[in-house]
Amino acid sequence: MRYAETGYNLEIDLTRKNIEKVATDPRDTELYLGGLGTSAKVLWDRVTPEIKPFSEENLLIFSAGLLCGTPAVGCNRTIVSTISPQTELMAYSMMGGFFAPELKYAGYDKVIIRGKSKKLVYLWIHNDKVEIRDASHLKGKGTVETAELIKKEINDPKAHVAAIGLAGENKVYYASVEQGRSSASRGGIGAVMGDKGLKAIVVRGKKDINIARPGEYIELCDEVLNYIKFREENPIQGVPPILAGLGSPQEMKIHDEKWHTENFTWGNARERRKDFWTEEVAAKWSESMDKVQTRLLSCYNCPMQCGASINVPGISTYMMKCYSKLTYTMAAFSDLDFGFKIVQRATEYGVDGFTTPQVMAFALELYEAGILTDKDMPGMPSDSEGRFYWLLDKIVNREGIGDILANGTYWAAKKIGNGAQAYAHNNIKKHEQLPLKLGMLHPLYFVMYCTGEKMNITQIEGNFPQSPFATQEDKEAFVKDWFQVPDDKFKQYLLDWEMRGEKSIPNYPTPQMTSEIVDWQERMHYIDDSLGMCAGLSSFPLKPPYHMHNYPKFISAATGMDMDEDKLTQAARRNRTLIRAFNIRRGMSRKDEKPPEDHWRKRFPELEKELLDTYYAFRGWNEDGVPTKEYLHELDMDYVSQDLEQRGLLK
Amino acid sequence: MKKVKTIKVDIDKCNGCRACEMICSAFHATPKYSSNNPEKSKIRVLFDPIKDIYVPVYAGGYTEAECNGWDIYTIDGKEYDECAFCRASCPSRDLFTDPDSGLPLQCDMCLDDPPQDEPLCVKWCHADALTYEEREEEGEEAKKKPDEMEVGLQSLVKNHGAKKVMESLAKLKQEKD
Repeated sequence: MRYAETGYNLEIDLTRKNIEKVATDPRDTELYLGGLGTSAKVLWDRVTPEIKPFSEENLLIFSAGLLCGTPAVGCNRTIVSTISPQTELMAYSMMGGFFAPELKYAGYDKVIIRGKSKKLVYLWIHNDKVEIRDASHLKGKGTVETAELIKKEINDPKAHVAAIGLAGENKVYYASVEQGRSSASRGGIGAVMGDKGLKAIVVRGKKDINIARPGEYIELCDEVLNYIKFREENPIQGVPPILAGLGSPQEMKIHDEKWHTENFTWGNARERRKDFWTEEVAAKWSESMDKVQTRLLSCYNCPMQCGASINVPGISTYMMKCYSKLTYTMAAFSDLDFGFKIVQRATEYGVDGFTTPQVMAFALELYEAGILTDKDMPGMPSDSEGRFYWLLDKIVNREGIGDILANGTYWAAKKIGNGAQAYAHNNIKKHEQLPLKLGMLHPLYFVMYCTGEKMNITQIEGNFPQSPFATQEDKEAFVKDWFQVPDDKFKQYLLDWEMRGEKSIPNYPTPQMTSEIVDWQERMHYIDDSLGMCAGLSSFPLKPPYHMHNYPKFISAATGMDMDEDKLTQAARRNRTLIRAFNIRRGMSRKDEKPPEDHWRKRFPELEKELLDTYYAFRGWNEDGVPTKEYLHELDMDYVSQDLEQRGLLK
Repeated sequence: MKKVKTIKVDIDKCNGCRACEMICSAFHATPKYSSNNPEKSKIRVLFDPIKDIYVPVYAGGYTEAECNGWDIYTIDGKEYDECAFCRASCPSRDLFTDPDSGLPLQCDMCLDDPPQDEPLCVKWCHADALTYEEREEEGEEAKKKPDEMEVGLQSLVKNHGAKKVMESLAKLKQEKD
């Protein structure tokens, strides 16, 4: 018997309409854990660099994490991976909700989709019964609408539906997959699903998930639950409310948005409004929230309340996840009333809440600059909010200018020309970033931005504070019960870190310390993404309930595998390196590893080079950012070095 | 006076996480916590997110009969079907039926071995939608259930009369001595 995982994947060939249930190799679980790790292995083995995002051979993988469906609190994420149409590198995006546990209860760890269906279809997974069903009647339907119609059709209100909307069907490069209160939005995964002619995956499961050492496991879960309660009663002192608690974060619960609205930029990632959050705004925004929210919502087996049901009079109900409440509002220089309204339409269309508003604000800047003219924008309203709705419709339908904008700011600017490229100023590796423009270069964020394989920093930041505490007392109070650190040296780094002077950014943490801290932050993310754990209870917030010390115990007790901190670190590094190698094989190189020019006002080319050199060396990569033969051997990945050598990417 | 154990359900507080289902099915697995499967849970959250309906219901007894017609309740403008609040395991729906054995499921308030302070669904409900309550009510304390031997003897008494059974027992004892 397999523990924690089911030991089976579903292989679906949409061209031939073939369905197979395939047993997986337990040795892969030991090496790559599951979720993102084992999906990356499948992609490495089967998606060679010649395969384009919209090739029949491109795979689209929906994977549950290793611990999804077990009693581990908050472990519910589905990891969706494929080749991104936008970056042409690996895209992986996670969604919470209920899909992954339900898939495990149906008896599968992954659904691996290849080929393309000529007609629009949906996949209905019901324990051992799996059907490819006609979806022509769902063409053009919204994501929420589609889920409701399918649940009625199959007569099972307990089924969970992951669907694309019109944006996915029309292959908008930033189309999302929506699932109730959650979505896998980054990287254009919805476009690949649309290209495959797959409208939705529907799942319902009634089988057991087994645990190897139950008594031990439930005790660990109890500890986590108790610690969550403790953290709720003891928020972190000396940081803004949004950073003080756990969650992904709990944007629907927390009304104080001073930190986001004043630190993040408005419009096309342009303007920072440092005095925005007045008492008047706070009161008005609270009222807007209270007016439309009918209930705070959680994902499967999680006490956090990061989502909410939203009922705006006159438009249909939808569920909002954390941050989209601010992205449209801020891109349009508007308010929450507008935000809550337009997100309903965006959710039905199925588009990414980070990229979409930025593309629209970018188009409006081009219009103001005369690069796009009335000829490109026939019939566009004159008010900012009306324009956002107009642009959203054009993009999702790929009509006129919308067809160009539907490929994101990088590709659109290239196509429009005439100086448009300067306006696509907030990208890394062709992908729109958080709207952040800051003063002084931050060494940790510089390295994470440059080298992050996820191509964006949403939920990449982590357990180490973003900035130093103001006083020595605050620092000492913080490190006192900071047991999550993988090594006590990190406490000292934080104690020594100053706001100003010698030991402040950009020179402190030093390049060596930066590499160590980044290694810790990303290690947590790679573990979460393999286990299916929500970052909001682990790699994302300060002092989370899951950490390097209890994770090995969780994995051992659940699966029966021998796991310790060293082995787990090794597995996380293996997954990180495999995704790096996959992207290197597709043409990514050191020249791509740079944040937007204007991300920080104060830049330090020499220091930046040293930071990257130090991190690469620390990571076991050569100066081009390619994992070395020795390092790959150490990680039991000789097959990767052989492949890279054959392709002339490693000498 | 008798002690009545109840789980109070506040549907306004439910966040729909279904931790109650998870922990119930894990606790009642054999061996304990060795598996979990919400379909085997003795508490289910009936949900319809678009209508903002979330109703945790814990399993009552088995009934052979289906209802004749269902009522519709409108509460705060939301329409609930009578089944939404019904705790029975019955032929008209697959709720509270073990998916493997087909046997009905019934909540036992986790009065298992080892005894828990409160039902585990209550303990795991962070939103306090579920609260446990013990109260005293007029009436007799529920009688202890007869054990296997008593059940057997009762049926002998029923068929042959108490006198005959006593005589037989006495005879058996004599022979043995």
